Parts: sequence; structure tokens; C-alpha cells
Amino acid sequence: MANKKLLKVEDLVLYFRAGNGVVQAVDGVDFDLDYNRAVVILGESGCGKSSLAKAILRLLPRNISSYTGRVYLEDKDVMLLDDEDFRQNIRWASISLVPQAAMNALNPVLTVGDQVAEPAMIHLGVTKKEALDMSRKMFQHVGVSVDFLNRYPFELSGGMRQRVAIAMSLVTSPNLVILDEPTSALDVLTQANIFNVLKRIKKDLGVSFILITHDIATSSELADDVAVMYAGQVVEMSDAERFFASPLHPYSQKLMSSVPRLRGSKELEFITGQPPSLVNPPTGCRFAARCTMRFEKCVEEPPVFEKEGRKVKCWLHQ
Amino acid sequence: MFAQMTTTMEKNTPVPAAERDVILSIKDLHVWFELRRFGFGNAGFVRAVDDVSFDVRRGEAIAVVGESGCGKSSLMKAILGLHKPTKGSITFNGRDISQFDTKEMGWYHTQVGYVQQDPFGALAPFMSIHRILEEPLIIGGVKDKAERLQRIRKTMEEVKLAPVEDFLEKFPHMLSGGQLQRVVIARAMILEPKFIVADEPVSMLDASVRVEILKLLRGLQEKHNLSVIYITHDLSTVSYFSERIFVMYAGRLVEKSKVQDLLQNAGHPYTHALLLGTSDPDSNNAKTFKEVPPGEPPSLVKPPEGCRFHPRCSKMIKGECDVNMPPEYEIEPAHQVSCWLFK
Repeated sequence: MANKKLLKVEDLVLYFRAGNGVVQAVDGVDFDLDYNRAVVILGESGCGKSSLAKAILRLLPRNISSYTGRVYLEDKDVMLLDDEDFRQNIRWASISLVPQAAMNALNPVLTVGDQVAEPAMIHLGVTKKEALDMSRKMFQHVGVSVDFLNRYPFELSGGMRQRVAIAMSLVTSPNLVILDEPTSALDVLTQANIFNVLKRIKKDLGVSFILITHDIATSSELADDVAVMYAGQVVEMSDAERFFASPLHPYSQKLMSSVPRLRGSKELEFITGQPPSLVNPPTGCRFAARCTMRFEKCVEEPPVFEKEGRKVKCWLHQ
Repeated sequence: MFAQMTTTMEKNTPVPAAERDVILSIKDLHVWFELRRFGFGNAGFVRAVDDVSFDVRRGEAIAVVGESGCGKSSLMKAILGLHKPTKGSITFNGRDISQFDTKEMGWYHTQVGYVQQDPFGALAPFMSIHRILEEPLIIGGVKDKAERLQRIRKTMEEVKLAPVEDFLEKFPHMLSGGQLQRVVIARAMILEPKFIVADEPVSMLDASVRVEILKLLRGLQEKHNLSVIYITHDLSTVSYFSERIFVMYAGRLVEKSKVQDLLQNAGHPYTHALLLGTSDPDSNNAKTFKEVPPGEPPSLVKPPEGCRFHPRCSKMIKGECDVNMPPEYEIEPAHQVSCWLFK
């Protein structure tokens, strides 16, 4: 297991057809993830971070114009599998997803215990009774009292429903869970609670997480690695420790200095202008138009430079 | 019409010297909603706002911090005149707003601007930006079309929606979130109010835009000497925006303080929990678990006896906190805490 990566994504591309052209939502993304680690995908809305999750899980809408690249799960290229094989053996069984606003996506007419048991019955082929036992165990892991097994979603608070959604993603004991904005609609204390739950699960069950979020401050609660996305591309990939101390890419730096801090007052900055359209992204560096450090070189597209184990897509770090 | 009314009103009701500074005064405010059983029987009350008092001075920014369901939106709606207080009073410029007739309420709404939380939902999709901003002026009684356009331009430039021509005839779906929030702010500002109520104005926006909007609001507030009530659940933005913080829990204000005092010397255990729960970007966060009070905020129909936070509080004093409602103690100048620990 020494060199074996849990997930390796190479040159993943996902383009959508739209009325006004081709939307380059995910454009050549590379990253990898070890066992029992959490990578945070940071980015603003519209940068392609949710599309990346969909591309990994192959949950694709119909208007695809291009979907290529390699996704290795434990050294097996899952892009080569056909849809049925992928559905049966990869989705939920190995990689599961907590979608955005999952707490509002629960079925209102099924009890939460049944809903958590359902993926286990379908993907592991266990009986309903066994599945319910598994769902009881999962409730304990996420810190919801087992008395709630027979309740309906409307009887639970937002934070509890979110935990149920997390329990549902864990019941098939996957190695990797993708969390899409798991706490964006929750209160501060509930957020802190959910992150406590995720940390405990990571420790107890040894799963890996891909956490997709735009909230830099709370993402630091779980992150081992950080990947920053801008306009469909990963512009920086680094371990969390060095990223939060000193980000490399000018975009990451700006993003960090725009985070309001409770402790220690720092003058806040913001990024002028807007992210480019993904239909006709600019040639060269996509951030150049908003970058305060741009120079002649930036009209060419920067390759990914490696610097002490960190990757950055910027000419400044040549 | 409203301009005239302003002058006559100010003449007729001289504000007492001691209160001259205070623009809005809330005393003993209760906003309760009756629950009905089968449509007519009383099934209790939701005590959304319970015994809240504070003053807002001219040119002051105040943040009301609390979790969802703590009553902060009901408080805001009562201030805007959308909910009638069950008990207590809201006084604007020395006059009780519940005594206003329709005409006076119209005048009051020219004095108080409202910045909505969700810019994507707050603007009518079938109206151009021009029409959206013109509507309050028409209702506010600005008859001259040229004057209306001139005021729209001026306000749009103030919120940095420039060049104005590029935006005037656009529809909301053509703008980004940050631009939409600027339109919402422009709409709140266009009648030149004295007072702004901002309900989570940046919670729906991206991090980089958030700061831009907060800075814009702060700039406008200082330039026009506006009073602002900023309602939020995010403590980290508060210190960049306001002078005083009120912490709300289960319908009551549990702590009132200047921003710096609260951050350095928080009194109430709930405030402590909120401060601990708010993360700063720091890779050390991932190594430790957070201390979070157990349980969830209580139902506002049957709030707990005594201090409403006592079932979740680690410093609860038996026989005191669970029996008697704590009064406000002043722990330092202009810093009040409702907690028995400071008896």
C-alpha cells in the first residue's frame, strides 16, 4: 500500500454543451489522494468544483460535449468501466457523495433509518434487517441518537438531517466520500459539530474525504491537502499546513486575504473584476486579467511547476 | 410629499435633549406569534422576540448575532414595521411606530432602508435595473422623471455600478451575485434613508465578493452618517463592520457590548461557545476537536425556565440558572451580560 494511491485523477476534462457554446467546466484537472486523508477543493461559485465531483462519480447530465481523462481508484482505471459496472461497483460501494444541500434532499415519506439502510441493501445485497443494523451503527458514528431511526426527516433539525445524509454516504463503508458544501447552510455551532463528526469518522473508520467548499475558514477544520480551483483548472495544490501559512498562487493569496478573521485584525482585500466565462476562457493564464502581479509571460498558459512538493500553475514560480 | 412631511414632523415633535442622539429606541419589545389549533383554539405562542431593549444612535452600526431561529429576523421585521409588537414599543425619532397611520408608515419606510439576504430572490426577474430602482422613487412621490433618472444614476455610482449605462437596461439574471447585491443596496439607499436594516447581506456571496460588499456598506454608512443594524450569524465579519454587538439566543439578548470588548472579554457562556465555534483559516484546526455545547436551541413555544441557555451550559448553577431569569449585569462600561455568573 506504500505507493498505491487511493485516487489519482489525470487530465480530467468535462465540457458541457450550452446555448452559447461549450462550457469548459473542468479543464485538465490532475490531483491525487492518499488513504485516510482529506483534500479540500477550494473555489468560488462557477469555478467547476461541483462539476469535478460529478466527473469523478460519473453523474453526468445529457449535454456532455467532452468527457475524457483518467481516474484511477486503487490503481484501477475506472474510466474504462461501462456505466452499469461503474454504477454497481464504484458508486456508493467505493466512492459516495454527500450532495450539496443534502439535508433538504432526504425523502420526506421514508423514515431516516430506512433511507440510510437503502444504499446498503442495493449495493451490498444485504437483507433489510442487516441493513437496518448497519444504519443503527452509522447513526452512532455520526452522533444521532438511535431513537431517531424511525423518525421522518421533518422531525429532525437541519444539523441532524445533515448528519443523516453523512451516515447514508458511509453505510456501504466506501474508501472515499465526496462532500459538496456540507455545512454551507448551517449555523456556526452546528457547523463546528458537523466538522467534529467528520474528524471522528476520519479517525475511526479511516475514510478519505474530498471536501468541496468556498468557505476557506471552515475548510481548515478538515484539510490535509488543499487544491485551489479557478476557472475550471487547479491552480495550486499543497499540503494544508504550508497552504494556510503562505499560499503560492496570486489567486490563493488574494483569496486568503479576503477571509475575515475573528482573532487578529487584518486589513481585508478583495479581488477586483470577475472570473472569466468558461465558454470562452482567455488564452494564457486565466487569472491574468485580475492579477496584480502579472507580467509579459502571462499571455502564455503556465504549466504546473513543482516547488518543494507543492504544485502551482503560475509563471512566478518557474 | 414626504419631504414636506419630514419638516413638519420634526417641527411638531422636538426630540428631548437627552435622547437627541438616539434615532431608534426599542423598549421591552415582545413579538409573539399565536399558534392556532383547528384554526381557532389557542395552542400557545411562539415567543420569537422576548423582552428586548436597546437604543441605536445616529451614525452607529450595530450587529445582531445569533443562530437561525433565535428571533433575529422577527426583531428586524418588527423594526421595519412588518410585525406589530405584542408588547413594548419601537420609537423612531421620538415617535412610536405602532401609532403611525398608513401615510406616516409610508414616510417611515422612506427613512428606513432594507437590504435583503438573498440578492437572487430579492429582485423581480421581469424588471430592468432601471425600473427596480425607479419604483421606490415613484412610490416615494418623486414626480419628475428627469429627477428620478438623475437620482438613480447618482445612487448607482455610489454603489459602484458604473458605468451606469451598462447596467440600467439589464435584467437581474444578467448580473453576478455581487452586482445584484449592489442593486439591492442601491434600492435601499435611493430614498436617502437615515437608517438601514441589513439582513445577512453577504451570506449568499463568494468570499472575495463578500469583503467588497462589506466595505461598500461601511463606506456608505460613514459617508451618509447612517445608522445600520446588521443581522448575521457570522461573528468573523462583525468586527469589520460594526461598533457594537448584540448576541441573541432564543428570543432574548444575552450580551450587549462594544465589538472589541466582546472579542477579548466575552461574558456569556453562549458568546464563548460562538467565539470558539468560529474558525479562522489555520491548519492546526484539523488536529483538534471543537468544544460545542450539547443539544440544540430550545423551542420558542415552551422555552426553558430561568436562563434559556441553562440546559446546554457547562457553568450552570443549580437552583439559580434553571429557576430565575438572569437580569442584565454591567461587567464593564457599556457591556451588559444576562448571566447569573456575574451576580
